[in-house]
Amino acid sequence: MAWFKKEKYTISKKVKVPEGLWVKCDGCREIIYRKEVEKNLQVCPKCNYHFRISAIERIQLLIDEGSFKEIGGNLTSMDPLNFKDQVPYKERLKDAQKKSNMKEAAIAGETLIEGYPAMLIVLDFAFMGGSMGSVVGEKFALTSEKASEEEVPLISITSSGGARMQEGILSLMQMAKTSAAIAMFKKGVMPYISILADPTFGGVTASFAMLGDIIIAEPKSLIGFAGPRVIEQTIKQQLPDGFQRAEFLLQHGMIDMVVNRKDLRQTIIKLLSMIVGGEKVKT
Amino acid sequence: MPYYLDFEKPVAELESKIEELKRLADGGDMNIASEIKRLEKKAKDLRANIFSKLTHWQKTLIARHVERPQTLDYIGLIMEDFIELHGDRCFADDPSIVGGFARFSNVSVVVIGHQKGRGTNERIWRNFGQPHPEGYRKALRLLKLAERFKKPVITLIDTTGAYPGIGAEERGQAESIARNLFEMSILRTPIISIVIGEGGSGGALALGVADRVLMLEHSVYSVISPEGCAAILWKKDGNELTQEEYEKASESLKLTAQDLFEMGVIDEIIPEPVGGAHRAPKDTASDVKKTVRRHLSELMENSIDTVLEERYRKFRVMGAIKKELA
Ligand SMILES: [Zn+2]
Repeated sequence: MAWFKKEKYTISKKVKVPEGLWVKCDGCREIIYRKEVEKNLQVCPKCNYHFRISAIERIQLLIDEGSFKEIGGNLTSMDPLNFKDQVPYKERLKDAQKKSNMKEAAIAGETLIEGYPAMLIVLDFAFMGGSMGSVVGEKFALTSEKASEEEVPLISITSSGGARMQEGILSLMQMAKTSAAIAMFKKGVMPYISILADPTFGGVTASFAMLGDIIIAEPKSLIGFAGPRVIEQTIKQQLPDGFQRAEFLLQHGMIDMVVNRKDLRQTIIKLLSMIVGGEKVKT
Repeated sequence: MPYYLDFEKPVAELESKIEELKRLADGGDMNIASEIKRLEKKAKDLRANIFSKLTHWQKTLIARHVERPQTLDYIGLIMEDFIELHGDRCFADDPSIVGGFARFSNVSVVVIGHQKGRGTNERIWRNFGQPHPEGYRKALRLLKLAERFKKPVITLIDTTGAYPGIGAEERGQAESIARNLFEMSILRTPIISIVIGEGGSGGALALGVADRVLMLEHSVYSVISPEGCAAILWKKDGNELTQEEYEKASESLKLTAQDLFEMGVIDEIIPEPVGGAHRAPKDTASDVKKTVRRHLSELMENSIDTVLEERYRKFRVMGAIKKELA
């Protein structure tokens, strides 16, 4: 098969992909007609790779239309370290805001899913790699605390490179903050469902994302603690096929299930109806 | 022969000169004796001078110094009757984290810490203090013992980070760290953490969700290593990163004990002797002991519910956030 892959690769290199009409799949490296991918909920029709989509699209796919009420929407980042970089952190934030049309890497709010009230927080990779700084941590804690107060389920969808370097130690501390918030939430009887999308890494995986009562991943998503390149450089070996993909995590017992995007809403509804409802015996 | 870092070289030269003179002075030559005195004072002043204006990168190098006291050294110096416990009961015993019961100022405690090891063989065996999931799960097992037997916990942090490897990922490195953050945040017993060397990211924090977080004067604690940060910012195809870039990255990250204290992330800085903890381990340990004892007795005076409420608040308020008006 090696020659076949290589050939495909050279083709994809030769063919210039015009923005808009065609799109290259990260899963199978094929060039696919963009409309076909869009029609398919941004999933590759050839290999079922789930393309990264925006937080707003994810929310729309999951909730009852018109039921979303945002919380923490007025929170924005500061530059606590006065971080030195070619592009100052404040500039990077402005760029990210323009590019993603979001104020920060997470959108949180209360919502209904098939009539079930729930708190939902979604990370967007388009905003500085979905990284967790003070605002993402704060939004998560607010969401989780509100879910505790109102005794409703908590749902998160992550797509993130991890903790945000530009806020240094304060980003690291968001891992403690979000995990502590989950610990508080879990004193109650409502479920925390964590949905992992491509990619979920570092400080996000190593905090709230892996603390779900139920953990679901989108097919073929890359999920892990250390990034594959860092591992490769450390062990100086090639990584096995499928390493850190959702299916690999399922096989190693790290997640409950791999669910197609088109089935996600139904799966969540089924789980909610199972956990939140159904305690009366039918006579 | 002590190991000197590059920026200590002027001191090293002076000290070897002093050694030489001392050998010559065996006859009791008064001139040489006074010269030795003069040079010793000069070396002391020089060292004090160098250490009074260390850069962030130099601090990082001291924090990683091969002779710096490690967890087991501190346990030996400030505790009695250490009984080491092993294994996570799931997969293996990870020697990069050590822990067990010990007596600290007459209180029996559970002590847990990263252990980098000394000398090539031990360092390899301990994986240079970079834990696998089984290390964190052993730590969690000991934390749970502490909770059940109502023993306070002291953790010592000294790691480059959790190990990035195939087995580590297969066995759930991320989950094992997340689990510790979760459990430590609600563990019903007082916890004190001390960063004694390197506080490398999530792999350090996994032992660091505590009621009091203390740092030794020349230790560092960071979301990413200066090397990792520099690589992200400046690594172009194949070029070697420079010393200057490490300097810039470590400065940017604000990773010293002094930075973290200013940001309100840690509670106290424990001073080190001039030249660093490794030049006088006993003195350092005695300061560690005094400081920990003070915090421990404060915590033990409070009810555990108060301690837990405060622990939650402590981490809950961390962060820099702007609220825009609607
Ligand atoms: Zn594909």
